[in-house]
Amino acid sequence: MNVMTNPAALDVERIRADFPILTQTIRGKKLVFLDSAASAQKPRAVIDAMVNAMETQYANVHRGLHWMSERTTESFEGCRDAAAALMNARDRSEIVFTGNSTGAINLLAHSYGRGILKPGQAVLISGMEHHSNIVPWQLLREDRGIELRVAPVTDAGELDMAAFEALLQDAKVGLVAMTHMSNVLGTVTPAERIVQVAHAHGAKVMFDGSQAIVHRKVDVQALDCDFYVWTGHKLYGPTGIGVLWARRELLEAMPPFFGGGDMISSVTYEKSTWAEVPHKFEAGTPAILEGIGLKAAIDYVQAIGYDALAAHEASLTEHALARLATVPDLRIIGQAQDRGGVVSFVLGKAHAHDVATLLDRQGIAVRAGHHCAEPLMHRFGLDSTARASFGVYTTHAEIDALADGLVRVRDFFA
Amino acid sequence: MSGTDNFDDLRDLYQEVILDHGRHPRHAQRLQTFDATAKGDNPMCGDRVQVWVKYDGDRLDHVGFEARGCAISVASADLMAETVQGRAKADTKALFEAFRTMARTGACPDCGGALAEPLERLAPLSGVHEYPSRVKCATLPWHALIAALDGTKEASSE
Ligand SMILES: Cc1ncc(COP(=O)(O)O)c(C=O)c1O
Repeated sequence: MNVMTNPAALDVERIRADFPILTQTIRGKKLVFLDSAASAQKPRAVIDAMVNAMETQYANVHRGLHWMSERTTESFEGCRDAAAALMNARDRSEIVFTGNSTGAINLLAHSYGRGILKPGQAVLISGMEHHSNIVPWQLLREDRGIELRVAPVTDAGELDMAAFEALLQDAKVGLVAMTHMSNVLGTVTPAERIVQVAHAHGAKVMFDGSQAIVHRKVDVQALDCDFYVWTGHKLYGPTGIGVLWARRELLEAMPPFFGGGDMISSVTYEKSTWAEVPHKFEAGTPAILEGIGLKAAIDYVQAIGYDALAAHEASLTEHALARLATVPDLRIIGQAQDRGGVVSFVLGKAHAHDVATLLDRQGIAVRAGHHCAEPLMHRFGLDSTARASFGVYTTHAEIDALADGLVRVRDFFA
Repeated sequence: MSGTDNFDDLRDLYQEVILDHGRHPRHAQRLQTFDATAKGDNPMCGDRVQVWVKYDGDRLDHVGFEARGCAISVASADLMAETVQGRAKADTKALFEAFRTMARTGACPDCGGALAEPLERLAPLSGVHEYPSRVKCATLPWHALIAALDGTKEASSE
């Protein structure tokens, strides 16, 4: 963690006041929510934006010639501008809305994987992917004979760069599809370096930024990657909306995935022609309210600023690693140098589900299980871990509560 | 923590009986000779159990198991092995149905009936009903047992 630690940059108490849910009590205890990596809580601004839209202007987008539809189209399309600015995309047309990260990766596996990649080529992922960045490529392999390669993870939980580079040597890899931040280990992958190496061997690069974009400024032009996907609900936005960013020329070359309304230019029984990008990839009525909510979430994040977010996260992570190190029998899984606010651990012989349930009794919400990353669990000889993850509203006191709660769980089982 | 912490807030699900059977299961062994066996697998949490049964006529003479999983699933497997030993097959299935209801709802409509005694021994597990995601931890060994009785090799939790 080389990020400057300046927690003063972010007034957590003021931020917490923006999240209505944080005043909840759970089983009579103050909620300590340490499961933001699974899905983050929503600020008032997001809730209000969605309710307001429903109460004052709601109609379908892109098709009505009436006031309501025009207002709603404007608000919804505002999300595209906000997302483009968030990622420093060259153009708003490079933002394709999907249902979530999973939807974005599946879109890519269909349109790029089946439309552009050729049998005999390979897709290269890492050993720390979420199932959503494994299974679509397996389906592609079965369907089209496109090889799936896996770059190994070191004992510290980092990408093995030498092995990664070796897997690119035969120039068969057409696409590197890799996480930008592991949802289990917290590892932030060396994205710039990955792109340089991959491009040098003729491969395009997609990042799964589901976790990374919550904590780090993502600049797709500076990264020089080709595709970048993320999901709204982890960035304090609603469920049901995600983003595929791609270079415009790639989107133009790719065939559509879903067919239907909104994605066409004209339809006859003999032949249909496609709408311009990004609409070519957005068949059917989109997640209108979710887009409006996501716009508010992006505005919220931008107002805080990534410098403050990253500093807050670095400070929390540092505190968590230090405090958890004092819990007897606790082992942290993943010791990457560059890491974000996600910490997985095992506690002696206690099963992760018992640990999570006993923390829940104390009002502390963590996740336990394989975190949709079974191959990674097996890499570390585990079936499951417990995981604490942090958001903009997480406090140092909550991490202290976690550490104290874990000491009690450990003593309870001793 | 201080020595005065009696963990009251943690005990509703993890009663002493469960901790004890989870830590020191009495029946956690593969039977050398057996008539039926089946595995249970809960892919969601990686819990895995195998159950072996030796019959004496229509009765379950001996039940052993190997489990890898949480304290609830191990304790449940052990309490199950203990309560079904010597019981008729049909009786065992009825006990499973009553136990499943108890695990899912916390209520025990059969507790006044013929199965009152074994159900009372299983009652410490009824706390799982407050944790819907943990109910299957308690029922997985039973699914494996019933699969063994039915002659199927694999069971997965519902
Ligand atoms: C790294 C990573 N990739 C992909 C996903 C999938 O996100 P979603 O379920 O919103 O598609 C998640 C979250 O669950 C994740 O953490």
